[in-house]
Amino acid sequence: MLGYIDKIKEVSKRLLEEGQVEMVIGFRKGTLSMMNEPHFARTPAEVQNFVWDSNCGINLCNYLTNRTEKIGILAKGCDSRNIVTHIIENKIKRDQIVIIGVPCKGMIDRRKMSSLFEGEIDDVIEDEHNITVKGAGFEKILNKKDVLQQNCAVCIHRNPVIYDERVADLVDEQTDIDRYADVREIEALSAQEKAAYFEKLLEPCIRCYACRNACPLCYCPTCFTDESRPQWVGKGQDTTDVSTFHFLRAYHCAGRCTDCGACERSCPVGINMRVFTKKLEKDCLELFGWEAGLDPDVRPPLDTYKPGDPDDFIK
Amino acid sequence: MEHMGIEPGRLQFSWVSSAESTKFVQVVTEVTQAIKELGPNKTLVKSIPEVA
Repeated sequence: MLGYIDKIKEVSKRLLEEGQVEMVIGFRKGTLSMMNEPHFARTPAEVQNFVWDSNCGINLCNYLTNRTEKIGILAKGCDSRNIVTHIIENKIKRDQIVIIGVPCKGMIDRRKMSSLFEGEIDDVIEDEHNITVKGAGFEKILNKKDVLQQNCAVCIHRNPVIYDERVADLVDEQTDIDRYADVREIEALSAQEKAAYFEKLLEPCIRCYACRNACPLCYCPTCFTDESRPQWVGKGQDTTDVSTFHFLRAYHCAGRCTDCGACERSCPVGINMRVFTKKLEKDCLELFGWEAGLDPDVRPPLDTYKPGDPDDFIK
Repeated sequence: MEHMGIEPGRLQFSWVSSAESTKFVQVVTEVTQAIKELGPNKTLVKSIPEVA
Protein backbone atom coordinates (compact mmCIF):
# COMPACT_ATOMS: atom_id res chain seq x y z
CA MET A 1 0.00 0.00 0.00
CA LEU A 2 2.98 2.29 0.61
CA GLY A 3 4.11 1.94 -2.98
CA TYR A 4 0.95 3.64 -4.22
CA ILE A 5 2.18 7.16 -3.74
CA ASP A 6 4.28 7.49 -6.91
CA LYS A 7 1.35 6.37 -9.00
CA ILE A 8 -1.02 8.65 -7.07
CA LYS A 9 1.21 11.65 -7.74
CA GLU A 10 1.68 10.67 -11.38
CA VAL A 11 -2.06 10.31 -12.04
CA SER A 12 -2.97 13.46 -10.10
CA LYS A 13 -0.32 15.49 -11.90
CA ARG A 14 -1.50 14.26 -15.28
CA LEU A 15 -5.14 15.04 -14.52
CA LEU A 16 -4.28 18.57 -13.41
CA GLU A 17 -1.87 19.24 -16.28
CA GLU A 18 -4.32 18.02 -18.89
CA GLY A 19 -7.00 20.17 -17.30
CA GLN A 20 -9.29 17.18 -16.78
CA VAL A 21 -9.91 18.32 -13.23
CA GLU A 22 -9.58 21.58 -11.31
CA MET A 23 -8.41 19.93 -8.13
CA VAL A 24 -7.45 16.56 -6.78
CA ILE A 25 -8.48 15.64 -3.25
CA GLY A 26 -6.05 13.42 -1.38
CA PHE A 27 -4.04 13.32 1.82
CA ARG A 28 -0.98 15.09 3.15
CA LYS A 29 1.01 14.54 6.28
CA GLY A 30 -0.70 15.89 9.37
CA THR A 31 0.95 17.83 12.15
CA LEU A 32 0.60 14.89 14.52
CA SER A 33 1.62 11.32 13.82
CA MET A 34 -1.18 9.02 12.59
CA MET A 35 -3.26 12.07 11.66
CA ASN A 36 -3.02 12.59 7.91
CA GLU A 37 -5.18 15.44 6.75
CA PRO A 38 -7.07 16.14 3.52
CA HIS A 39 -5.08 17.93 0.85
CA PHE A 40 -6.60 19.77 -2.07
CA ALA A 41 -4.12 20.01 -4.94
CA ARG A 42 -5.09 22.69 -7.44
CA THR A 43 -1.78 22.94 -9.29
CA PRO A 44 0.56 20.18 -10.49
CA ALA A 45 3.16 21.49 -8.02
CA GLU A 46 0.88 20.91 -5.04
CA VAL A 47 0.69 17.23 -5.94
CA GLN A 48 4.10 16.79 -4.28
CA ASN A 49 2.51 17.03 -0.83
CA PHE A 50 0.34 13.97 -1.31
CA VAL A 51 1.05 10.98 0.95
CA TRP A 52 -0.48 7.55 1.27
CA ASP A 53 -0.09 5.23 4.23
CA SER A 54 -2.30 3.55 6.81
CA ASN A 55 -3.42 6.82 8.37
CA CYS A 56 -5.65 7.94 5.53
CA GLY A 57 -8.88 6.93 7.21
CA ILE A 58 -10.81 10.17 6.67
CA ASN A 59 -13.59 9.76 4.13
CA LEU A 60 -12.78 12.26 1.38
CA CYS A 61 -16.20 11.92 -0.18
CA ASN A 62 -17.27 14.38 2.51
CA TYR A 63 -15.71 17.16 0.41
CA LEU A 64 -17.66 16.38 -2.76
CA THR A 65 -21.11 17.45 -1.61
CA ASN A 66 -22.68 20.01 -3.98
CA ARG A 67 -19.36 20.90 -5.63
CA THR A 68 -19.66 22.37 -9.08
CA GLU A 69 -16.12 22.09 -10.45
CA LYS A 70 -14.42 19.03 -11.93
CA ILE A 71 -12.70 17.07 -9.21
CA GLY A 72 -10.27 14.20 -9.01
CA ILE A 73 -10.59 12.25 -5.79
CA LEU A 74 -8.72 9.39 -4.18
CA ALA A 75 -11.11 6.67 -3.14
CA LYS A 76 -10.66 3.60 -0.99
CA GLY A 77 -13.33 0.91 -1.08
CA CYS A 78 -15.57 2.62 1.46
CA ASP A 79 -15.03 6.10 -0.03
CA SER A 80 -15.95 4.84 -3.48
CA ARG A 81 -19.21 3.45 -2.11
CA ASN A 82 -19.94 6.84 -0.56
CA ILE A 83 -19.25 8.47 -3.92
CA VAL A 84 -21.80 6.10 -5.48
CA THR A 85 -24.29 7.11 -2.78
CA HIS A 86 -23.57 10.78 -3.53
CA ILE A 87 -24.24 10.15 -7.24
CA ILE A 88 -27.51 8.35 -6.43
CA GLU A 89 -28.58 11.24 -4.19
CA ASN A 90 -27.64 13.90 -6.78
CA LYS A 91 -24.99 15.46 -4.58
CA ILE A 92 -22.41 15.24 -7.36
CA LYS A 93 -22.55 14.31 -11.03
CA ARG A 94 -20.70 11.27 -12.25
CA ASP A 95 -19.12 13.14 -15.18
CA GLN A 96 -17.85 15.81 -12.81
CA ILE A 97 -15.48 13.51 -10.98
CA VAL A 98 -12.46 11.45 -11.87
CA ILE A 99 -12.23 8.71 -9.28
CA ILE A 100 -8.72 7.53 -8.54
CA GLY A 101 -9.27 4.10 -7.04
CA VAL A 102 -6.99 3.03 -4.21
CA PRO A 103 -7.21 -0.65 -3.24
CA CYS A 104 -7.04 -0.55 0.55
CA LYS A 105 -5.63 -2.93 3.12
CA GLY A 106 -7.09 -1.23 6.14
CA MET A 107 -6.33 1.82 8.20
CA ILE A 108 -4.70 2.04 11.62
CA ASP A 109 -6.77 2.80 14.70
CA ARG A 110 -4.75 5.57 16.31
CA ARG A 111 -6.69 5.31 19.54
CA LYS A 112 -5.87 1.63 19.84
CA MET A 113 -2.21 2.43 19.14
CA SER A 114 -2.04 5.17 21.77
CA SER A 115 -3.67 2.93 24.36
CA LEU A 116 -0.83 0.42 23.97
CA PHE A 117 1.79 2.87 25.19
CA GLU A 118 2.25 4.94 28.30
CA GLY A 119 3.89 7.95 26.70
CA GLU A 120 3.11 9.90 23.59
CA ILE A 121 3.85 8.34 20.22
CA ASP A 122 6.29 10.52 18.29
CA ASP A 123 6.83 8.56 15.14
CA VAL A 124 5.19 5.72 13.30
CA ILE A 125 7.02 3.95 10.52
CA GLU A 126 5.24 1.26 8.60
CA ASP A 127 6.09 -1.35 6.02
CA GLU A 128 3.71 -3.74 4.30
CA HIS A 129 2.86 -5.82 7.40
CA ASN A 130 4.50 -4.21 10.41
CA ILE A 131 4.43 -0.90 12.16
CA THR A 132 7.34 0.47 14.14
CA VAL A 133 6.22 2.83 16.88
CA LYS A 134 8.67 5.22 18.47
CA GLY A 135 8.18 7.45 21.46
CA ALA A 136 10.00 8.80 24.48
CA GLY A 137 11.81 5.77 25.88
CA PHE A 138 10.13 3.08 23.82
CA GLU A 139 10.27 1.53 20.40
CA LYS A 140 8.13 -1.40 19.42
CA ILE A 141 7.21 -3.30 16.30
CA LEU A 142 3.51 -4.10 15.96
CA ASN A 143 1.68 -6.29 13.51
CA LYS A 144 -0.53 -4.02 11.44
CA LYS A 145 -3.34 -6.58 11.60
CA ASP A 146 -3.60 -6.09 15.36
CA VAL A 147 -4.10 -2.34 15.27
CA LEU A 148 -6.53 -1.97 12.37
CA GLN A 149 -9.66 0.12 12.77
CA GLN A 150 -12.47 -2.25 13.67
CA ASN A 151 -14.45 -1.38 10.55
CA CYS A 152 -11.36 -2.18 8.43
CA ALA A 153 -10.89 -5.51 10.20
CA VAL A 154 -14.40 -6.60 9.15
CA CYS A 155 -14.38 -4.89 5.73
CA ILE A 156 -15.41 -6.89 2.69
CA HIS A 157 -15.16 -4.10 0.11
CA ARG A 158 -11.53 -3.06 0.18
CA ASN A 159 -11.36 -2.43 -3.52
CA PRO A 160 -13.08 0.63 -4.96
CA VAL A 161 -16.39 -0.34 -6.58
CA ILE A 162 -16.18 2.46 -9.14
CA TYR A 163 -13.10 4.22 -10.55
CA ASP A 164 -11.64 5.88 -13.62
CA GLU A 165 -7.99 5.48 -12.71
CA ARG A 166 -6.48 2.88 -10.45
CA VAL A 167 -3.19 3.23 -8.65
CA ALA A 168 -2.47 -0.47 -8.05
CA ASP A 169 -3.73 -3.98 -8.67
CA LEU A 170 -6.84 -4.95 -6.77
CA VAL A 171 -6.26 -6.53 -3.38
CA ASP A 172 -7.86 -9.77 -2.22
CA GLU A 173 -11.15 -9.18 -0.48
CA GLN A 174 -11.51 -10.63 3.00
CA THR A 175 -13.84 -13.59 3.21
CA ASP A 176 -15.06 -15.71 6.13
CA ILE A 177 -15.46 -12.68 8.32
CA ASP A 178 -18.18 -12.35 10.89
CA ARG A 179 -19.12 -8.73 10.31
CA TYR A 180 -21.95 -8.46 12.79
CA ALA A 181 -20.76 -10.33 15.89
CA ASP A 182 -20.98 -7.16 18.00
CA VAL A 183 -24.47 -6.30 16.73
CA ARG A 184 -25.74 -9.78 17.53
CA GLU A 185 -24.38 -9.50 21.05
CA ILE A 186 -26.50 -6.39 21.60
CA GLU A 187 -29.53 -7.95 19.92
CA ALA A 188 -29.37 -10.80 22.42
CA LEU A 189 -29.76 -8.42 25.38
CA SER A 190 -33.11 -7.73 27.02
CA ALA A 191 -34.85 -4.37 26.55
CA GLN A 192 -33.58 -3.02 29.88
CA GLU A 193 -30.07 -4.26 29.23
CA LYS A 194 -30.05 -2.63 25.80
CA ALA A 195 -31.18 0.69 27.24
CA ALA A 196 -28.51 0.45 29.93
CA TYR A 197 -25.85 -0.55 27.39
CA PHE A 198 -26.53 2.45 25.16
CA GLU A 199 -26.78 4.82 28.07
CA LYS A 200 -23.32 3.72 29.23
CA LEU A 201 -21.95 3.86 25.66
CA LEU A 202 -23.13 7.42 25.16
CA GLU A 203 -22.28 8.69 28.62
CA PRO A 204 -19.05 10.45 27.54
CA CYS A 205 -20.70 12.19 24.55
CA ILE A 206 -20.18 15.95 24.63
CA ARG A 207 -22.49 16.70 21.67
CA CYS A 208 -19.66 18.18 19.59
CA TYR A 209 -21.20 16.69 16.43
CA ALA A 210 -17.79 15.72 15.06
CA CYS A 211 -19.32 12.38 14.01
CA ARG A 212 -21.95 14.21 12.00
CA ASN A 213 -19.46 16.59 10.43
CA ALA A 214 -17.04 13.84 9.45
CA CYS A 215 -19.80 11.79 7.84
CA PRO A 216 -20.24 12.22 4.08
CA LEU A 217 -23.92 11.27 4.44
CA CYS A 218 -24.65 14.12 6.84
CA TYR A 219 -24.92 16.89 4.31
CA CYS A 220 -28.27 18.45 5.26
CA PRO A 221 -28.00 22.27 5.10
CA THR A 222 -29.60 22.42 8.54
CA CYS A 223 -29.25 19.33 10.69
CA PHE A 224 -32.24 18.32 12.82
CA THR A 225 -30.09 18.81 15.90
CA ASP A 226 -29.41 22.45 15.00
CA GLU A 227 -33.00 23.35 14.30
CA SER A 228 -34.85 25.18 17.02
CA ARG A 229 -38.19 25.83 15.28
CA PRO A 230 -39.35 23.18 15.77
CA GLN A 231 -36.81 21.79 18.16
CA TRP A 232 -36.74 18.09 17.44
CA VAL A 233 -34.23 17.23 20.11
CA GLY A 234 -32.94 18.97 23.21
CA LYS A 235 -29.48 20.47 22.93
CA GLY A 236 -28.25 19.71 26.42
CA GLN A 237 -26.55 16.78 28.07
CA ASP A 238 -29.77 15.02 29.07
CA THR A 239 -29.31 11.28 28.48
CA THR A 240 -32.51 11.08 26.47
CA ASP A 241 -31.45 13.94 24.21
CA VAL A 242 -27.99 12.49 23.69
CA SER A 243 -29.37 9.07 22.77
CA THR A 244 -32.06 10.62 20.59
CA PHE A 245 -29.39 12.48 18.63
CA HIS A 246 -27.33 9.33 18.10
CA PHE A 247 -30.29 7.09 17.27
CA LEU A 248 -31.76 9.59 14.81
CA ARG A 249 -28.47 10.34 13.14
CA ALA A 250 -27.94 6.62 12.64
CA TYR A 251 -31.45 6.29 11.22
CA HIS A 252 -30.72 9.00 8.68
CA CYS A 253 -27.87 6.81 7.46
CA ALA A 254 -30.01 3.67 7.07
CA GLY A 255 -29.32 2.00 3.75
CA ARG A 256 -26.64 4.61 3.02
CA CYS A 257 -23.88 3.94 5.53
CA THR A 258 -20.85 2.15 4.12
CA ASP A 259 -19.17 1.62 7.50
CA CYS A 260 -16.22 3.83 6.56
CA GLY A 261 -15.64 4.53 10.24
CA ALA A 262 -15.32 8.32 9.84
CA CYS A 263 -17.73 8.98 12.73
CA GLU A 264 -15.93 6.76 15.19
CA ARG A 265 -12.54 8.01 14.03
CA SER A 266 -13.47 11.63 14.54
CA CYS A 267 -14.98 11.20 17.99
CA PRO A 268 -12.84 13.04 20.57
CA VAL A 269 -14.07 10.83 23.40
CA GLY A 270 -13.87 7.52 21.57
CA ILE A 271 -17.51 6.47 21.38
CA ASN A 272 -18.13 3.57 19.04
CA MET A 273 -21.30 4.94 17.45
CA ARG A 274 -20.85 2.46 14.61
CA VAL A 275 -22.88 -0.03 16.67
CA PHE A 276 -25.97 1.94 15.61
CA THR A 277 -25.20 2.26 11.91
CA LYS A 278 -24.04 -1.35 11.78
CA LYS A 279 -27.34 -2.60 13.16
CA LEU A 280 -29.11 -0.74 10.35
CA GLU A 281 -26.61 -2.04 7.83
CA LYS A 282 -27.28 -5.57 9.05
CA ASP A 283 -31.06 -5.07 8.86
CA CYS A 284 -30.82 -3.67 5.33
CA LEU A 285 -28.81 -6.69 4.27
CA GLU A 286 -31.08 -9.21 5.95
CA LEU A 287 -34.43 -7.63 5.08
CA PHE A 288 -33.72 -6.13 1.67
CA GLY A 289 -30.51 -7.85 0.54
CA TRP A 290 -29.03 -4.38 0.24
CA GLU A 291 -25.51 -3.12 0.64
CA ALA A 292 -25.05 0.60 0.19
CA GLY A 293 -23.08 2.19 -2.60
CA LEU A 294 -22.35 -0.75 -4.85
CA ASP A 295 -24.16 0.38 -8.00
CA PRO A 296 -25.13 3.93 -9.06
CA ASP A 297 -27.99 2.58 -11.19
CA VAL A 298 -29.89 0.76 -8.44
CA ARG A 299 -32.25 2.76 -6.22
CA PRO A 300 -31.83 2.21 -2.47
CA PRO A 301 -34.44 0.22 -0.51
CA LEU A 302 -35.84 3.24 1.31
CA ASP A 303 -37.07 4.88 -1.89
CA THR A 304 -38.38 1.85 -3.72
CA TYR A 305 -41.32 -0.40 -3.08
CA LYS A 306 -41.34 -4.09 -3.92
CA PRO A 307 -44.35 -6.32 -3.34
CA GLY A 308 -42.13 -8.72 -1.45
CA ASP A 309 -40.88 -6.14 1.08
CA PRO A 310 -41.06 -7.54 4.63
CA ASP A 311 -44.23 -6.41 6.42
CA ASP A 312 -44.57 -8.89 9.27
CA PHE A 313 -44.56 -6.03 11.78
CA ILE A 314 -47.95 -4.74 10.52
CA LYS A 315 -50.75 -6.55 12.30
CA MET B 1 -37.11 0.93 18.32
CA GLU B 2 -36.77 -2.43 20.02
CA HIS B 3 -33.04 -2.30 19.38
CA MET B 4 -32.86 0.97 21.32
CA GLY B 5 -34.26 -0.66 24.40
CA ILE B 6 -38.01 -0.08 23.98
CA GLU B 7 -39.82 -3.27 25.09
CA PRO B 8 -41.18 -5.48 22.30
CA GLY B 9 -44.91 -4.83 21.97
CA ARG B 10 -44.85 -1.20 23.08
CA LEU B 11 -44.70 -0.06 19.49
CA GLN B 12 -47.28 -1.67 17.24
CA PHE B 13 -48.24 -1.18 13.62
CA SER B 14 -51.59 -1.97 12.11
CA TRP B 15 -53.42 -1.39 8.86
CA VAL B 16 -57.12 -0.66 9.36
CA SER B 17 -59.43 0.50 6.60
CA SER B 18 -62.08 3.12 7.38
CA ALA B 19 -64.66 0.42 6.71
CA GLU B 20 -63.21 -1.98 9.28
CA SER B 21 -64.69 -0.64 12.49
CA THR B 22 -64.66 -4.04 14.18
CA LYS B 23 -60.98 -4.48 13.44
CA PHE B 24 -60.29 -0.98 14.74
CA VAL B 25 -61.98 -1.76 18.05
CA GLN B 26 -60.10 -5.02 18.27
CA VAL B 27 -56.74 -3.37 17.56
CA VAL B 28 -57.30 -0.59 20.10
CA THR B 29 -58.38 -3.07 22.76
CA GLU B 30 -55.40 -5.32 22.14
CA VAL B 31 -52.86 -2.49 22.03
CA THR B 32 -54.11 -0.78 25.20
CA GLN B 33 -54.18 -4.10 27.00
CA ALA B 34 -50.64 -4.95 25.91
CA ILE B 35 -49.34 -1.54 26.96
CA LYS B 36 -51.12 -1.69 30.33
CA GLU B 37 -49.39 -4.98 31.00
CA LEU B 38 -46.02 -3.41 30.17
CA GLY B 39 -46.66 -0.49 32.50
CA PRO B 40 -45.35 3.06 32.06
CA ASN B 41 -42.44 3.51 29.67
CA LYS B 42 -39.16 4.23 31.39
CA THR B 43 -36.79 4.19 28.43
CA LEU B 44 -35.97 7.40 26.54
CA VAL B 45 -38.20 9.47 28.77
CA LYS B 46 -36.97 12.95 29.51
CA SER B 47 -37.53 14.09 33.04
CA ILE B 48 -38.47 17.73 33.32
CA PRO B 49 -36.91 19.31 36.39
CA GLU B 50 -39.46 20.45 38.93
CA VAL B 51 -39.34 24.14 39.58
CA ALA B 52 -40.86 25.55 42.73
